Amino acid sequence: MVSLAATFGRGAMTNHWRDIRHADLILINGANPAEAHPVGFQWMMRAKLDRGAKMIHADPRFTRTSAVADKYLRIRTGTDVAYFGGLINHVLRNNLYHDEYVRMATNAAFVVAEGYSFDEGMFNGFDPQRKTYNAAEWAYETGPDGFVVLDIDHPRSVLNLMRAHYNRYTPEMVERITGIPRTDFEEVAKLVGETGKPDKVMTIVYAVGLTHHTTGVQLIRSGALLQLLLGNMGRPGGGMNAERGHANIQGNTDHAISWDILPGYLRIPAPGQQNIDDYLARSASKKLRPNSLNFFGENYRKFLVSLLKTWYGESARADNDFAFHHLPKPAADASWLSIFDAALRGRMEGLMLSGMTATSIGPDSNQVLQALSNLKWLCVMDSYATTSSEFWRAPGIEPSNVQTEVLLLPATHWIEKDGSFTNSGRWVQWKEQVLPPEGEARHDHWMLAEAFMRVRTLYERDGGTYPSPVLQLTMPYRDPRRPELDEIAQEINGRDLGTGQRLATFAALKDDGTTTSGDWIYCGHYPESGNLAKRRDGIQDPARNDPTGMGFYPNWAWSWPLNRRVLYNRASADPAGKPWDPTRPGIAWDGAKWTGDVPDYPATANPADQASPLPFIMTSEGMGRLFSNGVADGPFPEHYEPVESPVDNPLHPHQSATPVAHIYLPDRFGSRREFPYVATSYRLTEHEHYVTQHVDQLVALQPEAFVEVPAELAREKGIATGDAVRVSSKRGKLEVRAVVTSRLGPLTIDGKKVYQIGIPIHWGFVGINTGQHWLANALTPFVGDASSRTPEFKAFLVNIEKL
Amino acid sequence: MFMDVSRRHFLQLGAVGVTPLGFDLAEATKVKQRLRIEGATVSRTICPYCAVGCALLAYTKKASDGHVELLQIEGDPDSPVNEGRLCPKGASALQLAISRRRVESPMYRAPGATEWAKVSWDFALDKLASNIKASRDRTFVTTDGNGNVVNRCEGIAFAGGAAFSSEEGYLATKLMRGLGLIYLEQQARV
Repeated sequence: MVSLAATFGRGAMTNHWRDIRHADLILINGANPAEAHPVGFQWMMRAKLDRGAKMIHADPRFTRTSAVADKYLRIRTGTDVAYFGGLINHVLRNNLYHDEYVRMATNAAFVVAEGYSFDEGMFNGFDPQRKTYNAAEWAYETGPDGFVVLDIDHPRSVLNLMRAHYNRYTPEMVERITGIPRTDFEEVAKLVGETGKPDKVMTIVYAVGLTHHTTGVQLIRSGALLQLLLGNMGRPGGGMNAERGHANIQGNTDHAISWDILPGYLRIPAPGQQNIDDYLARSASKKLRPNSLNFFGENYRKFLVSLLKTWYGESARADNDFAFHHLPKPAADASWLSIFDAALRGRMEGLMLSGMTATSIGPDSNQVLQALSNLKWLCVMDSYATTSSEFWRAPGIEPSNVQTEVLLLPATHWIEKDGSFTNSGRWVQWKEQVLPPEGEARHDHWMLAEAFMRVRTLYERDGGTYPSPVLQLTMPYRDPRRPELDEIAQEINGRDLGTGQRLATFAALKDDGTTTSGDWIYCGHYPESGNLAKRRDGIQDPARNDPTGMGFYPNWAWSWPLNRRVLYNRASADPAGKPWDPTRPGIAWDGAKWTGDVPDYPATANPADQASPLPFIMTSEGMGRLFSNGVADGPFPEHYEPVESPVDNPLHPHQSATPVAHIYLPDRFGSRREFPYVATSYRLTEHEHYVTQHVDQLVALQPEAFVEVPAELAREKGIATGDAVRVSSKRGKLEVRAVVTSRLGPLTIDGKKVYQIGIPIHWGFVGINTGQHWLANALTPFVGDASSRTPEFKAFLVNIEKL
Repeated sequence: MFMDVSRRHFLQLGAVGVTPLGFDLAEATKVKQRLRIEGATVSRTICPYCAVGCALLAYTKKASDGHVELLQIEGDPDSPVNEGRLCPKGASALQLAISRRRVESPMYRAPGATEWAKVSWDFALDKLASNIKASRDRTFVTTDGNGNVVNRCEGIAFAGGAAFSSEEGYLATKLMRGLGLIYLEQQARV
């Protein structure tokens, strides 16, 4: 999500599932939607069957997605920057980009400040001591008016720097890095290049096959750059479509169960930010062009103050900076890897896990088990026993040696409570409570609220360290120990404290403490008229429910922001407001207002008016960012090898991996001599991570752990399907059966034969099938992306032996 | 001739009357549904697995003793997302909902113990609250080495939420930040 926010201004799938049917070309990378999102995949098939769209699948494995694709490219895992880079080079070199769109909607013409450099794999601004870049050094040239200088022909224009950066990504180089034969690549490049025309649209679909790398953010940004160049952002059938893998990962990212943000993607303050002014100076973007709307930056204070007012009520006043001092200010990264690193170092006392099992899901499971053993206490809230609740008696662990105190609290299921799920496409869909809680099970939020209220009572009774925020946090629910989700939904929406009315839009939020909103991007989903996420005007009556015929179904649920179905849709129309393709309109200017989808733009801003805002309203540029300093590892994406790789980087062998990967010491990386094969992990259709080990029908369909081994490697090793094999990395091993397959073939990488081994993730030591105690993540490396700190689950080195 | 009839066409034929098989499929379907879900309450929910967000219809009946029985879960044919379709996981959602494998009561495992002990909610929540308070008091930093007010709890982490309702997730964030937590994570990264 970091990468889309750094490029377009918001971190979310830009279009929605049904919209994919409008595409002419579907580029699928780092995803296997036919198996991992089968029902969403129907919209790709509709595009193919109904409008003859072409589907290109680049993946290490030939999957069911590849089976129906028009072209399958076997790619080495983690090298998609080179693949997209080659496509970008093809588009730039042959001037196939959508020129009018690029000028209207991207920062191609922005002049970059002197000092920018890229040499032998290193950008300017590197601090060798701290092993980080100072991204502020990737700046624009500013004119006497204080705004960025525009000159698309300047040698340091973004477009020209981009040409220089990408001219190294020739088809030969793409082949050397990715293993995709040059002729296959060129065939795909030709198809992609054709979508730079106004009447053609390409979509890019991806999932965690792009995010789970030390270069994950740049893998995604590469696709985003290609989409901007081809004019495919903001348009129906276009976009960057991130397929989220859990029912409500989107909603709970929006609501900031993430160390680095507050609800609505406000940044968590840093220690040096001692008041709201300091905080805004570092967090809220400033406009870089006179008619950049810079909506987020300009309104940041309103969103923050409304949040503080929601959380601290009467204790948040103008004269105490709205209790800004109550917000915790982390000194350093506090994401997943850092939680377990702190535990390994004995600095973490307690961990609460809810519907998520650390033992199975994090990288380097053996180290995670050690980390859990180091805790004073662990509280697992779940419907089923998990590999975390049972970690103290995991195979190989002697329970009497584990001093961690463990609680397992029975939680209700999704079907035993109401509330909303936000899907990948940002549709907030309310669900009804179908069943009463089973037995003694309680809702997660009741457990948390009750625990919090008991902590409050302890502080009231005994005092303690800095009790004020615990005592002052608002709990304005009929029963603070058992809040209703409907009450919380209203709190998230927010209200005008003067009138007491719920707000219909975040445009009404104020920075003076007279409004509340728990998450500004959800403001408007629950206005006075009721909860719009409950709406169900669906496809049985398309004439009434889909007035544009574009499949927006505006009265089915509600999507953030403001029920907009396609983000950045101003860019779906030309400078005059006419849709680039009238057969697939997003929004259109009718002479007085914008019509169609809910405009991502002021509703009555006349495109003929020179003063009207630039198209990307969320960025300080007003434009989509081809060049961006919103990422930690470079303003343009660059191919770096995974931290464990079978080859040196053909582009710059002395800077093979990214210099800014988030490494924890001592590292546990293996060498290519000991571990000669590339491995990648993935899901199967029949399982959802680990919880489905408790579902009889699904366990019956996929009963046993296995690894997929390429046929040629299997012949070399004398391995047949069904044989027991040991797969090992520097960190651990699996002993499971082999499935010998031609789905994984050998690749030629920089002249060297490279094999990839496939590892489904779903098994552990808890579930219906006992004895399946192999954790796939025992193999994966404990290292994170520089910007997002996402671990490198998808590319690492292993060895394989027949047992 | 039958082999050339697509499934969709087949169903359409069924809808107007007699199918190529020679019987009225619509009637047959109706009878089956009558047996299964006649008089049932229909509720709208959403699939708990991936993030496509398939809409589900859940059929329940309340017995005279108050027990609510879940009879059937199927795709909602009115949804613009799934149009009634489900994958193997969604189609077996009933087995996730109703299971003999659920955790039955709060469980406690003391340091070094080799077995779980069944405990009351009151015991479990008191234990959790006192652990939170003790760890918070021990690891809370009000001012850092540079004199900055930071008000953070460094010794407790919370992770979870990808299966929460959004409103639960929001409350979790609010409560954890209220306690001063900085280590917060869900499944966006892992």
